[in-house]
Amino acid sequence: MTDRNRIIIIGAGHNGLVCAAYLARAGREVLVLEASNRVGGAAITREFAPGFRVSACAHICYQLDAKISRELKLEAHGLKTAHANLRTVALATEGEHLVLHEGRLEAGLLPDKDRAALADYHARMLRFARVLGKQHNRCPPRIAGGGRTEIIAAAMLGLDIRRLGRDSMREFLRIAAINIFDVLEETFDTPLLKGALALDAVLGTNLGPRSNNSVLTMLHRLSGQATGVAGGLSLPEGGMGAISEALAAAARASGVTVRTGSPVARITLEGDRVSGVELESGEKLIAGTVVSNADPARTLLQLLGARHLETGFVHRVRHFRSKGMAAKLHLALDGLPAFARLPAARAGERLVIAPDPVYIDRAFDHAKYGQCSPDPALEITIPSIHDRSLAPPGRHVLSAIVQYAPFDPRASTDAARAEFLGRTLGLLERYAPGLRRQVVASELLLPADIEREFRITGGHWHHGELALDQFLMLRPVPGAAQYAMPVNGLYLCGAGCHPGGGVMGSAGRNAAHAVLGGERAA
Amino acid sequence: MRLNKEHFRTAVYQTPFHPRTSALNTLNEWHRWKDYTTADAFFDTALEYAAIRNACAVFDLTPMTKHRITGPDALPFLNRLITRDIAKIKPGRVGYCVWCDDNGQVIDDGTLFHLRAGDYRLCSQERQLDWLSRSAHGFDVKIVEDTHEVAGLALQGPTSCAVLKAIGCTGAEKLKPFDISYFPFHGGELMVSRTGFTGDLGYELWIDPARALELWDALFDKGANHGIRPMGTHALEVARIEAGFIQAQVDFLPANQAIRIDRSRSPFELDLGRLVDFNKPNFNGRRALLEEKRRGSRFRLVRLDIEGNKPARSAYIYDSKRNVVGTVTSAEWAPSAKANIALASMHMPWGRPGDELWAEIYYQRELKWSRVMARCRVVEGPFFDPPRRRATPAADF
Repeated sequence: MTDRNRIIIIGAGHNGLVCAAYLARAGREVLVLEASNRVGGAAITREFAPGFRVSACAHICYQLDAKISRELKLEAHGLKTAHANLRTVALATEGEHLVLHEGRLEAGLLPDKDRAALADYHARMLRFARVLGKQHNRCPPRIAGGGRTEIIAAAMLGLDIRRLGRDSMREFLRIAAINIFDVLEETFDTPLLKGALALDAVLGTNLGPRSNNSVLTMLHRLSGQATGVAGGLSLPEGGMGAISEALAAAARASGVTVRTGSPVARITLEGDRVSGVELESGEKLIAGTVVSNADPARTLLQLLGARHLETGFVHRVRHFRSKGMAAKLHLALDGLPAFARLPAARAGERLVIAPDPVYIDRAFDHAKYGQCSPDPALEITIPSIHDRSLAPPGRHVLSAIVQYAPFDPRASTDAARAEFLGRTLGLLERYAPGLRRQVVASELLLPADIEREFRITGGHWHHGELALDQFLMLRPVPGAAQYAMPVNGLYLCGAGCHPGGGVMGSAGRNAAHAVLGGERAA
Repeated sequence: MRLNKEHFRTAVYQTPFHPRTSALNTLNEWHRWKDYTTADAFFDTALEYAAIRNACAVFDLTPMTKHRITGPDALPFLNRLITRDIAKIKPGRVGYCVWCDDNGQVIDDGTLFHLRAGDYRLCSQERQLDWLSRSAHGFDVKIVEDTHEVAGLALQGPTSCAVLKAIGCTGAEKLKPFDISYFPFHGGELMVSRTGFTGDLGYELWIDPARALELWDALFDKGANHGIRPMGTHALEVARIEAGFIQAQVDFLPANQAIRIDRSRSPFELDLGRLVDFNKPNFNGRRALLEEKRRGSRFRLVRLDIEGNKPARSAYIYDSKRNVVGTVTSAEWAPSAKANIALASMHMPWGRPGDELWAEIYYQRELKWSRVMARCRVVEGPFFDPPRRRATPAADF
C-alpha cells in the first residue's frame, strides 16, 4: 500500500477514533494524529489535583450509540459501566428535593396534576426524540441538487415525522423550534420541576430557556440510549476517558495507528485535492484522504486556509455559531459533601441546581452581555461514589457543569474565572453547608479554557450550537453537511457535523461511510 | 475611504469635469450613474457616435466603480476572486475579467489594471466592496474603494492617439492594446491605458481630480483639429453593442442580485469561457463551473444579425416552430457595421450558427404599434472590428 492510499485522521476524539475504527475494518490504512498526549479529545479522564481524577469535559454518558458499542465491541475492549441509569435530583434550598427517574417522581412532593403530566411529558418527549435518534446514523440529505438516494433520505425524514401519527406530528412540528420555557409553562405548575426540566434543554448550549430551539436541544439530548434506556444517563468506570480508551483499543485492534503528541499544523494540497498534512514539528505525512475530527472553523480556516475555499463557503463557516456558554467545575474534596436534607445514598445521582426556569433565564441574561451568571445553574455529579478509582480512599471528586460563562467575558478571563469560582462555591455552600471547607483543590474551566485545552474553537462542546439553522443538512453549513468538504479528499467527522456531539460517535461512523462512498464514486 | 458627513445633503455628485460637460451639454440630458450625474447626450447621439468611429470622442467615466487592491497577498487574493489567471497580467497591463459566486454565476465583469508590481485597480459596473472584503478573509490584502479619488475619461476613436501625442504623451502610439503608461502632465502624472468600451482605437485617461479640468481643456484645445467631441452614454451604447461587449444589468443580472435561480449566468453562458482557467487549483465558482462543463450549460449568449432595420429591443427569439428559445438583451441599428444587430441569451441548444431563428419585433409608427417577425442569423465574432483597434504603433489618421 502506498502512502497515497493512507487515510489520516486529525484528532483522536471519540468521533475520530470511531471513524478510524470503521475505516480500518473496511481494510483501509489509517493513521490517527492527536495533538495532546492522550486520546479522547473532550472525552477524557485526567488528574486535576494529586490523586484526584475527573472527566475533564463531558462527564455523563447519555448518547453513546449502542450500535457503535456493539459493532466495535467496546465491552470486550474494556468499557465498563460504573452506574447505568442515574436519577436526577432537583435540589431545593428549602423543603423537599425532587427525585426524578424515567418520567416518574421517586421522592419529593408534586401536585397530582404535575405528577401525571410528568409521565405524559416524558413519554411524549422520548417519542419525539426517537425521530431525531433515527437520523443519527444517516447522512443528511442535500437540500438541492441531490440524487435519488438524497431524495429517499429526505423522504425518510418526512416519513419518520409522519409516522408519529396526526396529533403527535402536529405537536412535534409545533414545539420543535420553540422554547422550552413556554412548553413547561403550559404543562407544569411546580417551579422546581420546571427548572430541572429546563436545565436539560439548555445544558451545554448558548441558549436560555426562553431562547427558540431550546426544545430541539432537549430532544437531541434525549435522543440517545447509551445503556439501553432511552434518555438514560450513565457513568463509565474510569470516567469518560474510559470510552475513548476502549475506542482506541478497538481501533488499534482493527489495525489503526494512533500517534499522540503530534499536533497538525496544516493540511497540505496538491492541485485541488489534499495530499496529506504537515505536523507542527515540520514532519510531512502523505495521504490521499484526510478526515478531520477538529471543529469546522479550525479545520477549514486554520488547518486548510480560507484561500483554498470559495468566498461564500468561507463566509458560512466563519458564521457557524460556536461560542460555548458552559463552564466546567472540578472539586477535590476531603470527604463526601452533605447536601441539606439529601440522604447520603442519593448523593451519587445527578444533582441539579435550577430552582425554576426564570432563575436559569436570569443566569443566561448576564452571560449574554459578557458576565458570568451571579447565580449559575448546575449539573453536578460525584462520580467517585460509584468509582473509587477516581479519588484517594475516603475522598471524593465533584464534577459540575456551571452555566453560564461567556466565551469572551467583559472582564479578563482570569478575573472572570476567579469571580465565577467564588460565586459557584458560595452557591454550592448554600445547598451543601460545609462543602467549602472540604475543598482540597479546585479547577474551573471557562469556555476559553475549554477552547485552549481541547482545541475546540469557541469552547462549545458540540463544536457549534445545535439549533435548527445548524441542524441536519445545515450542519455545520450548507455545502458541507455530507461530511465531504469542498476540497477533494477532505472530510469532517466531528461534533460539528450531523448529528453533533454528546459523545455519541455517530458523526465519526457516518463520516467513515461517506469516505468509503466517496472512494466508490471517484 | 473618505467619510463625507454631509453626504445626505447631496443626493447626486457632479464629476470633476462637470464645469466643462455641463457647458457642452446643449441638450441638457442627464441621468444618474451610481453617485454621479452623467450626460446621456451632448448635442446629437448620431454625431457623437460618428465622432467615435471617424475622429475621436471623450466620455466622462469618473462614476465607474474603482477599487485599489494592494498588499502582499494581492495576487493570490485576485486569483481566488477572478476566474482567469491573474499571474499572466504583468505590471503595466490590463485584463478584462469576470468574477463569480460559489455557484459559478457571474457577479460582475470589469477591468483589472496591474498599475505597478503588486498594486492593482479593479474597475467594475457594480459596487463590489462588500464582496471583495468578504473574499479577503484569510488574505493579507488591503482593499479601498477609491471611485471618488480618481477622475477618468475615455478618449476613443481613430484620432485619439494623435490627440494624446498632441497634449504631450510622447510615445503613446507605442502602447499595445491593454498596456498602461504614465506621462508627466502639468506637474502631476497622467495614467493612460489603451482600453475602452467601443471596440475601436482608444484610450482611457486617469488623473487626480484636482487636474481634471486641465486635462479636459488640453484635450479639447489640442484635439480641435482632430475632430474631438464629447459623447454621452447613448452614443457609447451603440458603439459597445457594435463591439459585442456585454454589460451588467443589461445582458446579465449580477448573481448577487438574482433571486430566481435561472436569472443569473455563468461565464460560459456569457460566451466568456476563455476567461476561465481551470489550471488554477481554486477560484470562486471553480467546482460549479467544472460541473457545468461536465453537464452542459443552460444558456448561451449569441450575436444576431437581424433582417430589416427595426432594432429588436427586448424581443423574444423563436425557433422555426414558434417556440420561444431566447431573449434579446441588447439591440441597435449598427451604423458602421450597417446591420440590425442584437445580443441575445438563448436556451441551449439554440443559437448554433445556421439555426433558423426569428425575432418578434414590436415597433411604433405615429403611436400605432406593429409587429414583425424578422429572420436572425447567428454571427460569430464582433460586428465591427477594424484593424486600427489593435494596430501598434497606433496610426494618426
